[in-house]
Amino acid sequence: MQSLVIVAHGSHLNPESSAPTYDHADTIRATGAFDEVKTGFWKEEPHFREVLRTVEGDEVYVVPLFVSEGYFTEQVIPRELRLDGWDVSEWDSDGLSADQATLVAEDIDREVHYCGPVGTHRAMTDVIVRRAESVTGDPDVGDGFGLAVVGHGTERNENSAKAIEYHADRIAERDRFDEVEALYMDEDPEVDDLPEFFESDDVVLVPLFIADGYHTQEDIPEDVGLCEDHTEGYDVPTDVDGTRVWYAGAVGTEPLMADVILERAADAGADLGTALDDVRETTRVAAGD
Amino acid sequence: MADSVSDATADEGVAADDAEGTEPEVPEIDLPSDAFDAVLDALADRDPGDPLRFEGFGVARDGDDGDDGDPAGEYRLDPADGDTQTGLTERELHAALDERAPEVTDWHAFERVVGEFGPRRAFLRWLEDADGATVATRYAALAEGIERAWGELRITATVTDRGARRYDVRHADDAGVPADELDAYDDPLDARGLVKRDAKGRYRPLKTAPSLAGGWVFPDLGPRDAYEAVETIYPATVANWHREREGELDVSHWRETMARQSGIYGVVKTWDRGEGYEHVNWVAEACCDDSQCLKRREWEYDEETDLDVDGGDGAFPCREPCSVVVSAARKWTRLESEQPRTYEFELTPSEKEQVEDIIDAVADGRIDEIREADTKEGANRYRTRFLRAKLFDDEENLAGVPTEPDEEDEE
Repeated sequence: MQSLVIVAHGSHLNPESSAPTYDHADTIRATGAFDEVKTGFWKEEPHFREVLRTVEGDEVYVVPLFVSEGYFTEQVIPRELRLDGWDVSEWDSDGLSADQATLVAEDIDREVHYCGPVGTHRAMTDVIVRRAESVTGDPDVGDGFGLAVVGHGTERNENSAKAIEYHADRIAERDRFDEVEALYMDEDPEVDDLPEFFESDDVVLVPLFIADGYHTQEDIPEDVGLCEDHTEGYDVPTDVDGTRVWYAGAVGTEPLMADVILERAADAGADLGTALDDVRETTRVAAGD
Repeated sequence: MADSVSDATADEGVAADDAEGTEPEVPEIDLPSDAFDAVLDALADRDPGDPLRFEGFGVARDGDDGDDGDPAGEYRLDPADGDTQTGLTERELHAALDERAPEVTDWHAFERVVGEFGPRRAFLRWLEDADGATVATRYAALAEGIERAWGELRITATVTDRGARRYDVRHADDAGVPADELDAYDDPLDARGLVKRDAKGRYRPLKTAPSLAGGWVFPDLGPRDAYEAVETIYPATVANWHREREGELDVSHWRETMARQSGIYGVVKTWDRGEGYEHVNWVAEACCDDSQCLKRREWEYDEETDLDVDGGDGAFPCREPCSVVVSAARKWTRLESEQPRTYEFELTPSEKEQVEDIIDAVADGRIDEIREADTKEGANRYRTRFLRAKLFDDEENLAGVPTEPDEEDEE
């Protein structure tokens, strides 16, 4: 019996924080690739500490719904899941290449496959592009458009910037958008000065965050100048100093994220049948508006 | 026991003939084909002579090679209190099992529908006392509906005329309300939307807080979905309850839980200063009281040191300080590192009592219940606004006394 456990941050304050986790779990559940799909949280219930005891299967894949390798994926989650013998060297990662480690979870005395975070997977690049398609309503968006991928800088986590750069570089290599930039919230190049980094009249701004919350709904819109105060809301697109900014909100809310979760489990050995194709098909952006 | 009914009539509802008898009657059950097929499959997987046991009887294949379909006289039935019947054909076995349909469908419900998974099986058996009461007693009770409480939930188990379990799950406050007057759901995952906000629309960060809103019902769930609904509304509570029943609940006490914290929560371990555990009593009284959380606190200060406050009466245990407690403890660790000072205020006796009333009203979540014009209540809004108007200065200092003693000099 094959089980998927999606672990995410959750929130004590923001009721929408868990929404993407539940949505992607539902998408994956509908494929039938797993006998069960469970969700666990740091700030909600079931907590990381107790989620594994709700799992019935004997082939258990744990996928962190986090954007980068770092404190949560390397310390908090393995500790709280009680992965026996965990050491970050198990992943042998350069900050982007964590794939999976198979360890016994003491809580259930069974092996689990602990996967790298979704945010650093190569398939995440496609989700960022898909997000640009969603927010513009154009499945062919690119020509005449710039794309900015935005994240925390290194201040909080050195690997955060690595993930942003990785995806920005991969998108740039595709020559689909006229310009692609990696921007940061707390270091240069800063998202506050977005129009300075683009010549294109239209720029899609995609924050590499899992859920919409303080950073994506308050911080970034105000810093970029989409609104004076986040309580006023903002239009998509909004003109900022002559640049039309198409603000996408958290990339983690994009339905195609379910694909990255599946990719992580597949890389760790899960048998998915046709689920990957199914998810790519069901989450497509319809042409036209 | 139940009369044999050979044709599959589709009587709706349960046969509760309570007009005459005092003893609840065992409902008539038709043996459904899936239960009978499951018996045949189970027998095919067993060696000849190895009986499949039901309450009050066993069924086995007779000694001959039995893998060639449906030879006459293949089966035997051993009643605990009667003569063994041998050489039964499949048709005769069906007739014999149909006469014992409650026992057969009970086996089928738990062995084939519910399955092995420990928490689910234990919970669904507990609902109808399957490890204590006989099939006849349980089926009679199920025909009437067996009600159980779980947190703020009311779970009602019933049995169909084909021996299948059905469950009605709703808020206890909605007990007795006709299902069509409530919002009905059939997917247990829909419960995620029902638990997110309380009746006033406020986000519930703690799912076991006694603030579950009502007005909804899962009127007709199967066993697995009933378990899923309960575990969605109160995550991991069945799993922990099950471990506790098995004597395997892994409790992490306060000290070890705080010692484990890192990052921005690492500071909480400094709150334990080896000067006793009164601060943890206050945390438990603040956060873990039954008025705040329905889990029964089983964690203490440490393995040797129990807290002085009651852990509550909940059906399901709390095995370690939760993330809400850890987050609050982080705040209190900072606040409690401050040194007390002496402030001098002048209050009338009634004003002192009013301050106490306000603290009580906020702590007990009662402010919305205090009526607009009820100025007898200390925490009444007009009373409180009057107190503020009278006692606060322009800097919102109580009675004009600055928080920092040198604040006046700096101004």
